[in-house]
Amino acid sequence: MSVLTKHGIKMEQKPLNHTGKMADNKNSNIKIFIKNFNFYYGASQALKNISLDIRENTVVGIIGPSGCGKSTFLRCFNRMNDTIVGVRYQGDILIDGNNIFDKELDIVDLRRNVGMVFQKSNPFPKSIFENVAYGLRVNGIKDKEYLTHKVEKSLKDAALWDEVKDRLANSAFDLSGGQQQRLCIARALAVEPEILLLDEPASALDPIATAKVEELIHELKKKYTIVIVTHNMQQAARISDYTAFFMMGELIEYDITSKIFTKPSKKTTEDYITGRFG
Amino acid sequence: MKNRKAEQFLGFLILRACVFFVIAALLIILIDIFTKGAGSINWEFLSAMPKKGMTEGGIFPAIVGTFLVTLITAILSIPLGMGCAIYLHEYAKKGKITRLIRMSIRNLSGVPSIVYGLFGVVLFVQLLKLNTSILSAGLTLGLMTLPWTITASEEALKNVPKAYRDGALALGATKWQSIRTNVLPYSIPGMLTGTILGLSRAAGETAPILFTGAAFYLPFLPRSLSDQFMALPYHLYVMATQHHAIEKVRPIAYGTALVLIVLIFCMNLFAIITRYKLRKVRLK
Repeated sequence: MSVLTKHGIKMEQKPLNHTGKMADNKNSNIKIFIKNFNFYYGASQALKNISLDIRENTVVGIIGPSGCGKSTFLRCFNRMNDTIVGVRYQGDILIDGNNIFDKELDIVDLRRNVGMVFQKSNPFPKSIFENVAYGLRVNGIKDKEYLTHKVEKSLKDAALWDEVKDRLANSAFDLSGGQQQRLCIARALAVEPEILLLDEPASALDPIATAKVEELIHELKKKYTIVIVTHNMQQAARISDYTAFFMMGELIEYDITSKIFTKPSKKTTEDYITGRFG
Repeated sequence: MKNRKAEQFLGFLILRACVFFVIAALLIILIDIFTKGAGSINWEFLSAMPKKGMTEGGIFPAIVGTFLVTLITAILSIPLGMGCAIYLHEYAKKGKITRLIRMSIRNLSGVPSIVYGLFGVVLFVQLLKLNTSILSAGLTLGLMTLPWTITASEEALKNVPKAYRDGALALGATKWQSIRTNVLPYSIPGMLTGTILGLSRAAGETAPILFTGAAFYLPFLPRSLSDQFMALPYHLYVMATQHHAIEKVRPIAYGTALVLIVLIFCMNLFAIITRYKLRKVRLK
């Protein structure tokens, strides 16, 4: 599939074995380690016995039909699901070797370390500057100079600086949809997370804005480990190093992206990729 | 086709008639009070003490009394009501008990005001020994206003998009930080509006202050919050039904009604302006 070539995939990375574990992890460290993970909304099970590893400085795309549990899975990494009443989970998720469900763990620290960008851009009803500074402020940073510096840097990293540098005091609502989403990315980058979770970040954007966000993700990979849920298979093929295919709460296949899109080992994956359902 | 159009025409006609009926009833009351009350409004009426058994003079002490008692009401019900609403909506576990508490609060807003009045007598006047005073009456009205304040504040909180809360949490904010910096700035206009509407209703109440502090006739201003006071709604009630020379004081009664209506209108207007202004600030 030629869709892979735009940004180039590192083909030297070895494929995974059937358990979902890395066959070879010499290239980079394992950042997130998920083992036998189950998730329930009340009585209904949303995720079934998921095991997979995510490596540092890679982009992992999560694809699958609606309601397959991709977003639920993503929201486990920063425990955003905790805000929903009646959820339960079993199994382990380790980030840098630490279990994120550990009772000792401070959920605020976890969320600062694991940034998230939501499907629908959600700028706060504040100025552009204050939106980006928000995460720093709640983490106790008051130094005006540092805030100014950090806001500028984050907006530059999110490829938004040139478009907004003259109107930082304006409401974030004055921005276009694509700019708002990049603002949300900048806001997440400002607190210097190590992992970035993107929940269909381009689903509400036009093609030009989408291309900008994708380019941005490719840039961000150098510094962050990125997990992205997407509905758009071409997008997954374009931007992710690894792709995980979910269906009905199960991880069907997880492999390097080129393999998933050219020689998937499961029939279901092939059917989905080729558009036979979903 | 023709039937459908006729049906639509009839439907709109009925709805229009409903609106017309409501507006007409309101207008008749307003016009009646304005035409009969406007004549008695002058500077003396607003700024002087009542004289000669309230057959002459002004209603100044009643204006001051209503103002003071509403102030006490606000001081009690605004912080308590907002705090209660924030806890119920943001922190309380969503379960049977919370639902029961919320239902009870809503039901409390339907309790007749005379019940609050009598409750105030027992609690504030007798038990807490505050006597019949501005304080007792204000606190009684405050209790009566609380269900309104809580319900209005909860509605305002409900209108804050979940994305604002989640967005803040995802950036490493604590729950309280997300509420204080992201939820409250957005919901306070709505909270204030609901609260001020509740207060303006309290300002016009008679029954709760009847036994807790309002005086029939006091031709001087209260010196402290533990004094009795005159209040506009009670004064109106006295002038309209209890006075020995009802026919003679009728213009004063109309004047009092007009002042009360204008006062409440001003409070509501203030609520609307506040909301509008805060909303503008919020979006900047």
